[in-house]
Amino acid sequence: MADFGGTDLEAFRAEVRAFVEANFPASLKGKNPMMREERAKPTPDMEAWRKAVGERGWGTPTWPKQYGGGGLSPAEARVIQGEFARAGAYNPIGGMGVMMFGPTLLEYGNEAQKAEHIPPICRGDIQWCQGFSEPGAGSDLASLATKCEDKGDHYEINGSKIWTSGAQWADWCFCLVRTDTSKKHEGISFVLFTMHQPGVEVRPIPLIAGSSPFCETFFTDARAEKKDLVGPLNGGWTIAKRLLQHERSGLTGAGGSGMAGGAKSLEDMAKDYVGVDEQGRIDDQDLRMRIARNAMDWRAFQQTAMRVMSESKGNSGPSTASSILKNAGTQLMQEKHELALEVMGHQGLGWEGEAFKPEELAAVRGWLFGKAFTIYGGSQEVQSNIVSKRILGLPDLTQSK
Amino acid sequence: MAVLTEEQSMLRDAAKSWVQEKSPVTAFRKMRDSGAELGYDAAAWNEMAEMGWAGVIIPEEYGGSDFGYLSLGLILEETGRTLTASPLLASALGAASALVLGGSDAQKQAWLPKIAEGSAVATLAVDEGPHHAPDKVATTVAGGKLSGRKVFVLEGMAADVFVVSAKAGDAIELYLVKADAPGVSRQRLSLADSRGAANVTFENVAVSDADKLSGGSALLEKTLDRARAGISAEMLGAALQAFEVTLDYLKTRVQFGQVIGSFQALQHRAAKMFTELELSRSAVEAALTAIDNDAPDVPELVSLAKAKMGDTFHLVSNEMVQMHGGIGMTDAHDAGFYLKRARAAEAAFGNQAYHRDRYARLQGY
Ligand SMILES: Cc1cc2nc3c(=O)[nH]c(=O)nc-3n(C[C@H](O)[C@H](O)[C@H](O)COP(=O)(O)OP(=O)(O)OC[C@H]3O[C@@H](n4cnc5c(N)ncnc54)[C@H](O)[C@@H]3O)c2cc1C
Ligand SMILES: Cc1cc2nc3c(=O)[nH]c(=O)nc-3n(C[C@H](O)[C@H](O)[C@H](O)COP(=O)(O)OP(=O)(O)OC[C@H]3O[C@@H](n4cnc5c(N)ncnc54)[C@H](O)[C@@H]3O)c2cc1C
Repeated sequence: MADFGGTDLEAFRAEVRAFVEANFPASLKGKNPMMREERAKPTPDMEAWRKAVGERGWGTPTWPKQYGGGGLSPAEARVIQGEFARAGAYNPIGGMGVMMFGPTLLEYGNEAQKAEHIPPICRGDIQWCQGFSEPGAGSDLASLATKCEDKGDHYEINGSKIWTSGAQWADWCFCLVRTDTSKKHEGISFVLFTMHQPGVEVRPIPLIAGSSPFCETFFTDARAEKKDLVGPLNGGWTIAKRLLQHERSGLTGAGGSGMAGGAKSLEDMAKDYVGVDEQGRIDDQDLRMRIARNAMDWRAFQQTAMRVMSESKGNSGPSTASSILKNAGTQLMQEKHELALEVMGHQGLGWEGEAFKPEELAAVRGWLFGKAFTIYGGSQEVQSNIVSKRILGLPDLTQSK
Repeated sequence: MAVLTEEQSMLRDAAKSWVQEKSPVTAFRKMRDSGAELGYDAAAWNEMAEMGWAGVIIPEEYGGSDFGYLSLGLILEETGRTLTASPLLASALGAASALVLGGSDAQKQAWLPKIAEGSAVATLAVDEGPHHAPDKVATTVAGGKLSGRKVFVLEGMAADVFVVSAKAGDAIELYLVKADAPGVSRQRLSLADSRGAANVTFENVAVSDADKLSGGSALLEKTLDRARAGISAEMLGAALQAFEVTLDYLKTRVQFGQVIGSFQALQHRAAKMFTELELSRSAVEAALTAIDNDAPDVPELVSLAKAKMGDTFHLVSNEMVQMHGGIGMTDAHDAGFYLKRARAAEAAFGNQAYHRDRYARLQGY
């Protein structure tokens, strides 16, 4: 790897800046369609931006170049992030493939699997969904029952998954299946298959926030190719746990952006909606103190995230501290959503219509969707169990892993 | 539970069985799905009125039963359980209180019998900004014309008459303004909790002394305290139901080969919610009883009830979603309804921060 003296980085920064200037469509400035349903129906500008970034592998900057990644250092990746942010540009390469599946496959996949599945993720051509949870297997994920049978030249899958985010827009699924009913954790395998086949049916489930970003997913004699078994047969649990670690650190990272109420800070919003006293303080002492506490906790959280990053020197993968980061970060985010709603008062209760500003409606929807942060990717309780057991060395009363 | 008279017990039992039979949460869901303009089911409201619920705090001479606020609170607790949306709170409690306390005989004659039989809906139009601030009034009455804009008016679309706070000179006064009076226009609000509400604009609406209630800002505060206590009772019912549904889930949902209620992490939080609900019930009943007794400490007891109840409903509604896991995030489950109702009810007539501040001020610190 190159020496990251300032000059190299500055040259790289200039290169990224020029690229963004040349390729980022002005119509997308300040927007982030990645988290929304509109990603499923991209505009020509969105497509152009995705292709430009995808071609260079800059959406997955630290992934190996041989599989379509950027092959860059973490420092260079931060330069890209910084330059995108500066220009009001989003990273058009995202989703579960980037956040959790890709890193896991890079670690556990064989050469052929990496060569086939990683490049389309880097280009943003293929979207992945996560077929883990089932109606009877949520926190107790290892009790999953979706059956997978060896049919000689392929696997056949029967059963159903639930809460499958984005299944209605996904091209492929990474799925946990039962390949041995006589054992719990050691009877689970990790397989990949296309969602575009007759044996797969998805039914979107409306959320309390109004949209339907997740689904019930049914498999009736669905087919997975033999080559798409990741890791050994019945060896899927280890891989799943690794993937969940990536999911958790990804969810935590999401905390820095996408806060309720758009670009304006909570304290500035509070000044607008609540008013200020003669000294410029938010004119509701109780609310003001709670906003300050959230802001201070948030800083401590960010300091912790930075410390974890420097301690792991950026190259040993997610550390055990990712467990505390998920709970700490998601709770602070939820608290902030609640505060945003309270700041807006009556205006923070709207569902739709012209009586409310777009950012007010977005705050309400964001607050509602945010309730999922402490449920998915391992609930807050499951995270606390993991911390108690793994880090604090306390005994376990369940078989959670 | 407060010690009830025989009449109160009967009223509560009647409310309990009617709500369970005629107005379960599925009825609220149906109303929501239909996009009902009024934000409530008119047929159900008629039934409630026929049972006399709209006249509970109205004197007998004006068509009511004069059973008092604790009695109405018992009904609101039951309707709150299933999130029953109706003008009971805004009209039969809020606006009716203003008329009972500050109306002339003619004003009472004109409105109270109709409110009691449910044929007219009245409501308070007080707030003008995003936060409850009854003493910040920009609406004015001058030269016999009332002008201003009121927001978040509960049942504002259904209302036949508004009780409007307005500044006449330096003094805050309450005026009765008919919804069909020239110069009144309203904008329906589509709220997360699906209840009926509107922003109402008054443009040079003609008012006279005959439309003015007597009592000024003191009447406004007394009226608001009644509305706050009433909504607290409704919140108590909703929070209790949310808790019971959640408790039930803890006893039935199995993960790791055991019901999730066997995990102490959840048990202790259930015990905490139960504790808060008991504390809240005491505060709510004390406020309603103080109103019935016309006790001098009504304001502080009401602020206590609204703040305590707000915190408890906030907690329980969040826990309801969290403890249900994925299913609690779905629209098909009721948890989201309780969560949305909680925040709307918290904001109405002053949130927890407002009432903690008011409590401290009333106590002299
Ligand atoms: C918006 C959203 C998106 C999702 N996307 C996906 C997806 O794409 N793919 C996928 O596979 N899954 C997805 N999920 C599912 C998610 O991972 C599960 O909801 C989660 O694991 C919890 O499982 P559950 O819903 O069955 O709740 P349960 O496991 O039934 O939990 C109910 C409650 O019990 C608590 N609990 C359970 N066990 C314990 C214990 N041992 N100690 C203490 N408390 C406990 C839980 O924390 C929770 O509060 C998504 C969920 C949501 C809400
Ligand atoms: C000021 C004082 C006065 C007392 N007076 C008397 C008296 O008059 N007569 C008398 O007989 N005793 C008395 N006690 C003793 C008291 O009853 C015990 O201290 C108490 O029962 C806890 O027992 P322990 O000290 O052995 O702590 P432990 O039982 O060892 O508890 C240690 C910690 O673990 C927690 N814990 C224990 N079990 C559980 C569980 N199942 N779930 C979750 N958490 C748990 C406890 O809450 C505590 O935080 C007194 C104690 C104090 C501090």
